[in-house]
Amino acid sequence: MSFQPDSLIPQVGVITDVRIDTPDIKTFRVVTPDGKKAFDHRPGQCAMLSVPGVGEAMFSITSSPTNTEYMEFSIKKCGCVTDWLHQAEVGQQITIRGPYGNPFPVDDVFAGRDLLFIAGGVGLAPLRSVINYCRHYRDRYGKIDIVYGSRSKADLLDYDEILTDWETDSGVNVHLTIDREEVGWSGHVGFVPSFVKELGFATDKTVVLCGPPVMIKFTLEELIAMGFDKTSVYTTLELRMKCGIGKCGRCNVGSKYVCKDGPVFRCDELDELPDEY
Amino acid sequence: MQSVTRQDLLDTALEKLADGTVSHVLGWSRGTFDYEATPTLFSDPDTLRTAFVWNDFCGANLSKYLIKHTRRLEGRLLVFLKPCDTYSFNQLLTEHRFERERVFVVGVPCNGMADPRKLKAQADGILSVTAEGDTLSVETLYDGTRTLAVADLLEERCLTCKSRRHAAYDLLLGEEGEVQDSARFDEVAAIEAMSPDERFAFWQKELSRCIRCNACRDVCPACTCEQCVFGNPSSGVENKAASNEFEEKLFHIIRALHVAGRCTDCGECSRVCPQGIPLHLLNRKFIKEINENYGVYQAGAEVGTRAPLVDFTLDDPEAETVVRRGDDA
Amino acid sequence: MRKCALSVMPDLLRAVAEATPLYLPVDTDKGDALFTRWFEGADWSGACNTARGPKDLFFPQTEDLVAFKTAGKTVEVLDIRREQEDFVVFGVRPCDVKAIEVLDRVFLSEPVDSFYAARRNHALIVTAACSRPTETCFCGTFGIDPTALCGDVTVWKTEDHVYWQAATEQGERFLAALDGFLEDADDTAVTAQRAQTAALLSRLPLHSLRADAFGGGKTEAFFDHPAWDTLSQSCLGCGTCTFVCPTCQCYDIKDFDTGHGVVRYRCWDSCMYSDFTKMAHGNPRLTQKERFRQRFMHKLVYYPENNDGLFSCVGCGRCLAKCPISMNIATVMNTLGGDAR
Repeated sequence: MSFQPDSLIPQVGVITDVRIDTPDIKTFRVVTPDGKKAFDHRPGQCAMLSVPGVGEAMFSITSSPTNTEYMEFSIKKCGCVTDWLHQAEVGQQITIRGPYGNPFPVDDVFAGRDLLFIAGGVGLAPLRSVINYCRHYRDRYGKIDIVYGSRSKADLLDYDEILTDWETDSGVNVHLTIDREEVGWSGHVGFVPSFVKELGFATDKTVVLCGPPVMIKFTLEELIAMGFDKTSVYTTLELRMKCGIGKCGRCNVGSKYVCKDGPVFRCDELDELPDEY
Repeated sequence: MQSVTRQDLLDTALEKLADGTVSHVLGWSRGTFDYEATPTLFSDPDTLRTAFVWNDFCGANLSKYLIKHTRRLEGRLLVFLKPCDTYSFNQLLTEHRFERERVFVVGVPCNGMADPRKLKAQADGILSVTAEGDTLSVETLYDGTRTLAVADLLEERCLTCKSRRHAAYDLLLGEEGEVQDSARFDEVAAIEAMSPDERFAFWQKELSRCIRCNACRDVCPACTCEQCVFGNPSSGVENKAASNEFEEKLFHIIRALHVAGRCTDCGECSRVCPQGIPLHLLNRKFIKEINENYGVYQAGAEVGTRAPLVDFTLDDPEAETVVRRGDDA
Repeated sequence: MRKCALSVMPDLLRAVAEATPLYLPVDTDKGDALFTRWFEGADWSGACNTARGPKDLFFPQTEDLVAFKTAGKTVEVLDIRREQEDFVVFGVRPCDVKAIEVLDRVFLSEPVDSFYAARRNHALIVTAACSRPTETCFCGTFGIDPTALCGDVTVWKTEDHVYWQAATEQGERFLAALDGFLEDADDTAVTAQRAQTAALLSRLPLHSLRADAFGGGKTEAFFDHPAWDTLSQSCLGCGTCTFVCPTCQCYDIKDFDTGHGVVRYRCWDSCMYSDFTKMAHGNPRLTQKERFRQRFMHKLVYYPENNDGLFSCVGCGRCLAKCPISMNIATVMNTLGGDAR
C-alpha cells in the first residue's frame, strides 16, 4: 500500500558538513542520503529539522535557493534539538521536511530597488539566503547595503564569507559593528540601531531587518525617525511551531499563522496583528 | 439549605470593604445557570451587591486562589471559606504559599453542597432553580416545575463530610459545627476488599476515561508547584497525552503520591473531573494508610504540623511493618 | 422519506454493524453517553448529546504519525499509515455535524492532512435530529437548525418510529442497503416534530445569545477589551473546555521512545496550557488572560476571518456543562458582545 506524501512525514537528511561559526552557532550542510538537495525553496523560507527521539524544530534555510546542491542551516545552541545538533558529527542522519512559510518578495517588490539588509547576531541566518540570492542575480537589484552587528568579532556569523565574497562584490557595501571594543578589531563599535543612524541611508531603499526583538524594535524606531516608511521594511517572526502547515495552532498571532502566513512580514502588516509575538 | 444567608455574607463583605479591613472580596458569582457558581474576586461594593451569590451550589473551594491574588494585589483579601475549605487554607499556610496576615477569613457554615450533575440527572432542560427551605424549586423545559430535596442532590464528598468545624477563621458567621465521624474510608475499604485483579480492572476502567485535561491538578490546593513536571515540555514526561496505558495511570498515581500527607481530602479533584473519575479515592487511600500506620493525621487541621511522611518519631513503625501491611492488603 | 418502527432499531443497527464498523452514542455507567463501537446489546442512547463529540473518530486524542529506526548515525523513516476502512457514525447531532465542517476546513485545506482525510473519506455520517434540546444548547446562535437535514443521512426519532432521509448520494446508497427495514413514509410526523422542537428551542435560556458582534476583522474591537481581565480571572488553565470541544483542533507533536524505536505522535493540545507557546527564549502569552483570550478570539474572530465568516463554535454546550468554574463562551459573548469597541 502506498500513500500520498504527508507534510508531517519527513525525509532523511544527512549532515555533510559542520562549520563552527561562532562560540554558539554552527552551520550545518544537509543533503538527502543520495546526495541531493532535499527540496527547492525560496529566500526566507524555513524547514523542520528533527532528531528522532529528541524533537523537531523550525529553522530558516540560510543557503540561497541558487545553491542547487545542498541546504545550509545556521543554528544557535539554545534548546533540546539545537543542543543535540551541536553534538552531531558529519555523516549524522536527521530528518527534514519543508519548505515552509512565505519568502521575501525578491522577484517583484525587491526588483530594481536599492536594498538595505540590517541584521543582529544570529538574525543574519535568514538574511543570508536572500542576500546571496540578490548577489547571484546582481543585475536585478540596485545598490545593496548590509549592516551587521554582533556582540564581538567572534560572534559575527559567516565572517569569512562576508570578507571574501560580500565585501568584494561591486555595488555591495558591508558595514560591520560589534558591541564592545576589542583587540584586533579596527571596525565600528556600537549597537546596530545607532550605527544605522550614523550611516544615514537614503529612505528610498527597501529594508530587510532581522535580529533579536529588542534590536528590531530600536532599529525600526531609528528607521522611522530617518524617514523610512513601514511599508518598505520587512522582517521575520519566530514563534513556537509544531506542524509548519498552519494547522496545529501554536504559532497563531491574530488570524495569521507565522509558519504559513509568515515568517516574512512587512512592518506595517505587523501593526495589524495583536501584540503576541 | 444553608444556615447563613447570602445577605449575612454580603453584609459582612460590604462592612469589611467599607471600614478598610480588606480591599478585595473573594466569593462566588452566578455561573451561566442557577446551579453554577463561578469563583469571583470583587473590589467594588456595587458589583458585590448585584453579582455575589451564596447558595447550595457554592462548592468551589476558594483557598487556592489566594496564592495568585495575594501576589497580584495590594492590601488584604476577604475570603469566604466553608469548613472543608479551611483545611486547604491551613495546609497552604503550612507550605508558605501566602502570608496569613494578607487574608481575612470569614468562616461560613456549610450543610453540604448540591451536585449539579445529580440535579441534571433528575431534571432535564433546567430553566431556573430557586432555593425554598430544604428543597429546590426547579423549573424545567419538559416536566414543569419540580421540587427536589437538597439532601438527595448532595455532592458525594458532602455525604461523607469530614468536618463541619472550621480549622481557621478571623470571623465566623452562624454557629460552629463539629468534626464529623464520617464513613469516608468505607469506599476505600471496599476497593481494598477487591482482589488485586478486580482492583486493577477498577482503576483501569476509571482511568482509561481520563482525557488529560489536568483540571484535577489545576484545581487542587495541594498542587501548587510553580512549574508542574507535567506542564514542562523539557521534563520528558507527557502532560497531555497518554502515550500508552501505563502513562495513563502514571499521571494520577504520581499526583496522588505527590500530595500524599498534604491532601486534606477536600474533594475538588473529583468535583471538577469532566469524566466523573473518583480521583479522591486515590488520595483517600493514602490518608487511610497514613492513619493506620502512623496514627490519625488530618492535613490542614492546624498550621505548621509535620505530616507523618516527612517527619520521624520514635513511635514510627519499622519500614518492614508498613511493607508487610501493604502485602496483606 | 422512509421510516421504521423504533422497535426494529436494534436489528437494523446490527445489520449495519455487520456490514461496516458502526459507532453510535451509548450510555456509560457514569450517566453520560459516548460514541462507542457497536456491540451486541448496544443501545442507541437517548442523551441530548454525547459527553464528547465525534471528533475523536476523525482526529483521535493521540495518533501515531511516523516511526523512526535509528542505528549509529543512520535514521530510517517508517511510514506507519494504515489503510482506513469504511465506517458509519450514527446519531451525530447537527451541531457536531457542523463541527466536522469546521475541522474539515483546517485539516482538508492544502496541504491536506492525510491522517484526517483518510478517516473522513471513509466515514458515513448519520445525523440524529434534535427533539429534546437542553439548557446548555445554543446552536441557534450560530445559525444551526438542529432539526434540519444534514450529514449523509438524517434520522428523526419520534415516540415509536425513526424517520430516515438521505442528504447525499452516499446516504442514498446507505438507505438502499437498509431497504428491508424501511418503508415509505410521508413527512407529517417529522414536520410536526420539527415545529415542536422549534418551540422548545425558543424557550432555551441562551436562545437570545447573538454572534452578530463577532466575526472576521474584529480583532481590534475585542483584543484589548478590559473585560478579559475579569472573565479570565478564575480560569484554572486546565484543558477541559478544549478537550470536550468538537471544533478545537490544536495539537502537539512529540516523540516517544518505545525502547524499540521512536514513534512520533500527535496529541490534542490546549491553548489554555501555560506551555502551549513556550519557546527556548520566552513565551508570548505569559498569563492565563492571554491564553484564555486566545481561545475565544480564535473561535469568534480569527477562525471566521480565515473561513468566510464561519464561527468555530457550534453551540453544543459541552464547555458550559464541563467547565470547573462555570466560565464559558456564552458568558464571554454576553460580556463582550454588547460592548464592541
